Amino acid sequence: MSTFWSIWISVIVLGTVFGCAWLLFATRKSQTTDVETDRTMGHSFDGIEEYDNPLPKWWFYLFVATCIFALGYLALYPGLGNYKGLLNWTSTNQWEAEVANAEEQYGPIFAQYGQTPVPELAEDEEALKIGQRLFANNCAVCHGTAARGQVGFPNLTDGDWLWGGTPEAILETLHNGRMGNMPAKGVMPNMTNEQVDQVVNYVLSFSGREKDADAAAAGEAVFAQGCVACHGPEGKGMAALGAPNLTDNVWLYGSNYEWIKETVLHGRQNEMPAQGGRLSGDQIQILAAYVYSLSN
Amino acid sequence: MKHEIVEKNLGLMIVFIILTISGGFLAEVVPLFFLKSVNEPIEGLEPLSALELEGRDIYIREGCHVCHTQQIRPFRAETERYGHYSVAGEFVYERPFLWGSKRTGPDLARVGGRYSDAWQRQHLYNPRSVVPESNMPAFPWLFEDVVDHKGTAAKLSTLQTLGVPYTDEQIAAAAGELEGTFEIEALVAYLQQLGTVLSEKR
Repeated sequence: MSTFWSIWISVIVLGTVFGCAWLLFATRKSQTTDVETDRTMGHSFDGIEEYDNPLPKWWFYLFVATCIFALGYLALYPGLGNYKGLLNWTSTNQWEAEVANAEEQYGPIFAQYGQTPVPELAEDEEALKIGQRLFANNCAVCHGTAARGQVGFPNLTDGDWLWGGTPEAILETLHNGRMGNMPAKGVMPNMTNEQVDQVVNYVLSFSGREKDADAAAAGEAVFAQGCVACHGPEGKGMAALGAPNLTDNVWLYGSNYEWIKETVLHGRQNEMPAQGGRLSGDQIQILAAYVYSLSN
Repeated sequence: MKHEIVEKNLGLMIVFIILTISGGFLAEVVPLFFLKSVNEPIEGLEPLSALELEGRDIYIREGCHVCHTQQIRPFRAETERYGHYSVAGEFVYERPFLWGSKRTGPDLARVGGRYSDAWQRQHLYNPRSVVPESNMPAFPWLFEDVVDHKGTAAKLSTLQTLGVPYTDEQIAAAAGELEGTFEIEALVAYLQQLGTVLSEKR
């Protein structure tokens, strides 16, 4: 802040405090007595008159006290331009102290958990309690409070994994996020409506639910052209691409004919946002253990 | 001093009243107009794109700011949950600001990138479908209505007059960019950029 504004603020603030004090004492001087009398101010408006009595003492001293409080406050806290106050208080300082305090208190606990391997941590009741709270605050919005997921957001309790369920894979998913992208009609953009019907039937046949056996049989060739690149020749998926296994009857976007057709026709975009920048490494370690514990 | 001097001179009384009530304004507000730390954008801050700006106006129209704040206070409980506390330099292009004053829902100052686009769309279509205990209203019409871009260029140009660094090319291209865009796309684009300039934890 420039010197001009610093002085500007100081003059107004101190001027206000002293102005109030002056007003208080100046108007008190005009009172001739401390005792209440029947004397009036001598004016009469429509027959209404005003007593000329001093302020009650408690009230007067309360005003004096507020002026003194104001000066004390201005000495301790930054209220006068560039003057920082005797306490050197700023909202940033206060926040830093609060964080440092918490770090001192909880830091060692988190650091210890952060060093523990995920499978071992997943056996630790205390760590899992922390993990559950972290999950509720950060993950439940998409994956649900019970981690059972919903359409478009994977169930984390069923042992089925898009990107792998090893501790390393879970940590990677949490730290850096995942982007799953199924293009519309796979890698076969000119797939006809008939071929879409066939390939949907073929995909349903993996779980023995095809609507039309002939279409399903014809769909194998379409699948081989448009889908194997990611889902593999047997439809078992590929964790490196996040391509789901189509044979295990676990469905992220619905299992019936219409849903699967929708998926084939328009593709699906999936994003697990990276948590690495938002949560500390130790917190992610604990979260990974919690997620790991749900299916192990 | 006799108080009848003040009481019997209306002009003098008006002057004293104005002086008294303007003290706070003169000391607390006026200097801020001239302070660099509250008038200069933080590093990397860009004006909203035409799409994001229309999204912002939808945010205002639907009253999102009534239940969601956009201001993270410097308390550990808030920075742990939402991220770096808000700083003045983030809001220099905001006219009007959308800090809000009540959190029926969570703070949104750094919601950008926190959830996927798909989540945002599903949540706005029907919040209960992803967060069963949510009491947020659903906004299904955003998926049917197309962004009204008749006023977009005028909005950008007004902001330019007020000092937001839009280029004339941006203003000229604004309406074209929004042709046939659904309101949900604009709103999600706006939400996904919120607070992303300051990404470190603090």
